[in-house]
Amino acid sequence: MVNLISRACGKISPLSIKEYKNNGGFKGLEKALFNMTPKEVIDEVTKSSLRGRGGAAFPTGLKWKFVAMEEKDEKYIICNADEGEPGTFKDKILLDGCPFQVIEGMIIGAYAIGATKGYIYIRGEYPKSKEILVKALNILREEGILGNNIIGQNFSFDIEVRSGAGAYVCGEETALIESIEGNPGRSRFKPPYPPNKGLWGKPTLVNNVETLANIPIIMELGADEYKNYGTDSSAGTKLISVSGSVVNKGVYEIEFGTSLKEIIYDVCGGIEENKKIKFVQLGGSSGACLPEELLDTKLDFDELSKLNIGLGSGAILVVDDSICIPDFVKNTTKFFDHESCGKCTPCREGNRHIIKILNKFTEGEATERDLELIKEISNVMKEASLCGLGQAAPTALITTIKYFKEEYEDHINGSCEVGKCKMKKGVAANA
Amino acid sequence: MIGKDKLIETLINVQKNSKGHYISEDKLEEISKELGVSLSKVHGVASFYSMLSTKERGEYVVQICNSGPCYIQGANNIATIFEEELGIKMGEVTEDKKFSLEFTSCIGACDIAPAVKINNEVYGGLNKEKIRELVEMLRKEGN
Repeated sequence: MVNLISRACGKISPLSIKEYKNNGGFKGLEKALFNMTPKEVIDEVTKSSLRGRGGAAFPTGLKWKFVAMEEKDEKYIICNADEGEPGTFKDKILLDGCPFQVIEGMIIGAYAIGATKGYIYIRGEYPKSKEILVKALNILREEGILGNNIIGQNFSFDIEVRSGAGAYVCGEETALIESIEGNPGRSRFKPPYPPNKGLWGKPTLVNNVETLANIPIIMELGADEYKNYGTDSSAGTKLISVSGSVVNKGVYEIEFGTSLKEIIYDVCGGIEENKKIKFVQLGGSSGACLPEELLDTKLDFDELSKLNIGLGSGAILVVDDSICIPDFVKNTTKFFDHESCGKCTPCREGNRHIIKILNKFTEGEATERDLELIKEISNVMKEASLCGLGQAAPTALITTIKYFKEEYEDHINGSCEVGKCKMKKGVAANA
Repeated sequence: MIGKDKLIETLINVQKNSKGHYISEDKLEEISKELGVSLSKVHGVASFYSMLSTKERGEYVVQICNSGPCYIQGANNIATIFEEELGIKMGEVTEDKKFSLEFTSCIGACDIAPAVKINNEVYGGLNKEKIRELVEMLRKEGN
């Protein structure tokens, strides 16, 4: 465990500027605004190898460069605080524990890309965090750190907080932008991407809370020192949210390169008494389900891509052997079915049909043909859905078919080893 | 005049100030006129977002999380216990309009799963006993 990005969380009073400054606050902002040109700021972020912490892991410096290159007077920066990925609660720790750090990252970002207005889009389920943010922004305006001529420099920028209203899809950049514009949050066709045409058709930078919280630290330490954390291919640290059957659930900051096994046994105190680990879902409901044999896998972008999976938001759900795989995947798919915006056919129809077929599995009526069918549907969804929601929705299904195929086959043969499913024909193993 | 882009914020505020945590047909029309947004769009937005309701709910909206982390900790049992305690089914409102029951997607309380959100408060580590105490407390609080 390390305390780099989360160094002030829990240690300072979240709305005390004095305490924030005593913990290194605004050093990064001052360095950027007093001593660096916008281009130098972007170069430093690029050099740090920072990649987006929301789930897609896009290189942050490159995204900033795309927006900076656009020659428009009006540009926007948006902080994506629509943390909706099931099992993820790390952005909340930053927003509640040290809101100034996230905002400082936004101000530096605005300076770098030339934005005059920013939005923090926070999920409706976090009303208390929203109140803290509004207060934090007011304090910064009074202190001259936000608004006209920030810290006495020829740079003006302000931020508004907007609330979501319960839509997972709004974590996707273009759906989020639609929502800020006052529309239903349906993803847009891409291109154009937001750096080119985003909020109200203007160049827009959308960054996750944790990504932005990294920025003041990178500015303060410099890219070279920042890269001492993590591995060659994945610089820095990651906030992980651990839940499920571990002893100590919660949010932890770890360096890239830490293995799942180390996280579960060293950081989280191991598995709860009398339970046996069955699989770990990495990255939330849209993430892969990995069997116990793969727990030596390290959190590292290169290593994960070799397994053809992503780190996602850094959610780690540890599932014990009292859970039935087809039943679990059915629950996951129900989530995506509920959250699908309905715009594109693969996602809207795919989730619905997967649930229908998984019902046959949990009722003992599935056939080999059904297994083939859900494989086909999940491939179509992965390849042809409009946005990340539909593309990632069948990940749990695809990976459990890969690693736990025998459990699907058992259900076809009329047995559920966990005894969870009430088989209409055949006998449940534990019945 | 409120900007058209403030439609969602406006709907949230109207719902927050209504005792039954919903946006009535009258209010939808009022918002449509006030913001200069067509009534169909106001309806469209209100029905798209899960937190917004156009149906009257309880004074206490009990939202049971059934996403992955809560599901594996027995969210469905939690739902059954609430149904028994309140004498209503999921999606219904009690006769005295004090409670309504619904499922919600992840509320970020995965470390204290199984969890529920009741209005702005989150309660975790639930079991039958805790739910009984919670319902009793809220029944008294509301009076």
